[in-house]
Amino acid sequence: MSKRTVELELATPGHDAQGRPARLPLVVGAPEDGVVEPSLGGEQMLINIGPQHPATHGVLRLVVVLDGETVVRVIPHVGYLHSGFEKLGEYRHYNQIIPLTDRTDYLSPMSNNVGVALAAERLMGIEITPRCTVLRVIACELSRIISHLVWLGTTSIDLGAFTPFLWAFQQRERVYNLQEMWTGARLTTSLTRVGGLMADIPNGFTDGLRDFVVTFPDTLGEIDKVLTRNAIWAGRTQGVGVMTAAEAIDHSLSGPMLRASGVPYDVRKDKPYLGYETYEFDVPVGEHGDVYDRYLVRLEECRQSTRILAQALDRLPEGPINVDDPRVILPAKSRAMSDMEAMIYHFKQVMEGVKAPPGEAYVGIENPKGELGNYFVSDGTAKPVRWRIRPPSFINLSSLAKMAEGHLLSDLIAINASVDIVMGEVDR
Amino acid sequence: MNPSVDALRATFGTAIGRAAVARDGETVVYVRAERLRDVMQWLRDTAGQRYDYLVDVTAIEYRDGERPLEVAYFLRALERRVDLRVKVELDPAGELAVDSVVPLWNGANWLEREVYDMFGITFRGHPDLRRILMWETYAEGHPLRKDFPLRGRFSRAEQVHQALAANPEAHYSIEELSLAEAYQELPPDMKERLRKGERGKVPFSE
Repeated sequence: MSKRTVELELATPGHDAQGRPARLPLVVGAPEDGVVEPSLGGEQMLINIGPQHPATHGVLRLVVVLDGETVVRVIPHVGYLHSGFEKLGEYRHYNQIIPLTDRTDYLSPMSNNVGVALAAERLMGIEITPRCTVLRVIACELSRIISHLVWLGTTSIDLGAFTPFLWAFQQRERVYNLQEMWTGARLTTSLTRVGGLMADIPNGFTDGLRDFVVTFPDTLGEIDKVLTRNAIWAGRTQGVGVMTAAEAIDHSLSGPMLRASGVPYDVRKDKPYLGYETYEFDVPVGEHGDVYDRYLVRLEECRQSTRILAQALDRLPEGPINVDDPRVILPAKSRAMSDMEAMIYHFKQVMEGVKAPPGEAYVGIENPKGELGNYFVSDGTAKPVRWRIRPPSFINLSSLAKMAEGHLLSDLIAINASVDIVMGEVDR
Repeated sequence: MNPSVDALRATFGTAIGRAAVARDGETVVYVRAERLRDVMQWLRDTAGQRYDYLVDVTAIEYRDGERPLEVAYFLRALERRVDLRVKVELDPAGELAVDSVVPLWNGANWLEREVYDMFGITFRGHPDLRRILMWETYAEGHPLRKDFPLRGRFSRAEQVHQALAANPEAHYSIEELSLAEAYQELPPDMKERLRKGERGKVPFSE
C-alpha cells in the first residue's frame, strides 16, 4: 500500500445487493420531534455567478433565481470566449486549421487534432498508415486521461476535497511531459497533419509511456479509495442532477454524461475509427444518471484508457507515419532544398494548399467530453466552405438548467462541475 | 444509400428532394422546408426508423451566392446505430426561416440559437430564440455569413468603444430584466432607458 493512502473516518463501507457501493444519505442533525425548522422560502432573489468565478470552470456566467437556497431558475450565458474558429477555418488550408483545434478543448488538444485530421482525410479519401493509426490512438487515450484528471481534480476541489486535486495533477504532469517530448509543446500540440503526423515519437517515449501505464492505476486506486465511499462525496453527488436515459437522449448528451444515464453509446465501439474495434476495452455505463455516476464512469474510463494504451504499445508497428503521397505530405526539408520535383511539391502545398474534392464529410470521435464532430463542406478548393465543430461540452451544458432547477445552490456547483465543460470549446 | 430515404419518399412523396451518399458514406436527404417538422417527427417516432437522437444542427452557406443556404440536421438511431443527415434549402433572397425542432428534441435548443446567431436563420416556434455566442445587442450582423468580413463590420476602435460604453442592461436578457423588475431590483436609470427602448444602445461613433 502506498504511503499516501489515508483512512477516512467518514468512509461508509459496504456494497448493496448488486455489488455497487452502498448509497447512504448524509443526514446531519435530523430535526427532533416537535421542532419545526423555520421556512426560508418565499423570498426570491436574482444573483449573477461569473463570468469570473472559480467554480464556473472558465468564463461561464449563470443568472440564477433563488428561493432561499433553492435554485428556481438557471439562465446560462456563454460566448465570453468566442473566437470565431469556424469562421477562421473558412480562410485557411486544411493543415492550417489544425492549430486552431488546440485551442478549442484545450484540456485534450491532441485528440482534437486527431478529430479534425480524420475528417479532412475522410473528405479527401486518404488512408493513413498503420503506425500513424496506433500513434493517434495513443494520443487520443492520453488526452482522455489528462482531461478526466483535470475534471477529477477541479470537481473534488469544488466539493471541498483538495487532496485528489494534487494527486490528479501530479499524474497529469507526467502525461504533459510525454506530450512535450513528442510535440515540443505542452498545450498547443498541433500533433497531426492531413495524412499523417507532425512527428514520430522520440526515443524514450515508449519507455516513459510504459512506465506511466504501469504506475498510473495506483493513483486511480487511491483516488477511488478516498472518494468513492466517502460519505461527504457521496452525500454531495448521489441523486444530484439526475438525468434519466430518455432525458439524456432528448437533450443530445454525449460521452460520459450520456453513459452515466445508462445509454451505452460510445463512438469507439459503435462507429469505430482508428481501428478501435480491434482493442479490448470496456465501456462503463452508469444507471442513476447523477453526478456520482458521472464520476464513476470517468474514473473507470481512465482505467480502460490505460488498458488501450498498453495494447497500443504492444502492437505499435514500425514503418512510416505519413502516407506516401507528395501532393498531401510535405517533402523532407533536405529534399525540398536539393530536388527540383520535391521543391515544386513543397511550393504548391505551401502556397496553394491541399485541394479537397467537392462534397462533405462528418467524422465524430469519442473525445473526453463527449462526441466531438468535425464536419467539412468543400467546393473543390483548398479551403473548406464550412467547418463545423460539434462541440460536446456546449451541447452537454445546454441541459444545465434542466438538471439544476430544484436543487440547492451548492448542488448547482456540483452539477456544473459534473458536466465537464471547457469554455474554449463551448464558445469556440 | 440509407433505406430510410425510400421509406420517406413512399410516405411524403414530392416533399422529399434529392438524396445522395456523402464522401463519409452517410446519406444526405433534402426535404422541403414546409414539411420539415412532419418529416422529423415521422423519422423520430416511426417503428423501424426511430431516429431518436439529434447529433447536431448547423447551416451551410456556399461561396457561390446563387446556391441556397442549407440547414443540416444530423440524426442518429441509437438502437440501430444508423445515421442520417437531413437538409433543408433556403433561398437567400427570401425569408430565412424554418420550423424549429425543439418540440421534438430539447437538445436542439442551443444548436438552433447558434445557427440563428451565426447565420440569421429564424426558427419558427423556438421557445427562446436569442443570440447565444454573440451578445444580444450585437449590431454587426451574423458572423458566419459569407458577406460578413473576417474582422467584423466595425473597426477595432469602434468595437472597443461599444464594448466599454455598453450599458449594464446589455448583459441581461429581456426576460432576466423583467425578473429583476418583478423583484423591484432594477435601478431607476436602467428602467428609464428600457422604457425609452434604448436597451444597451451605444451611440455610433464613426
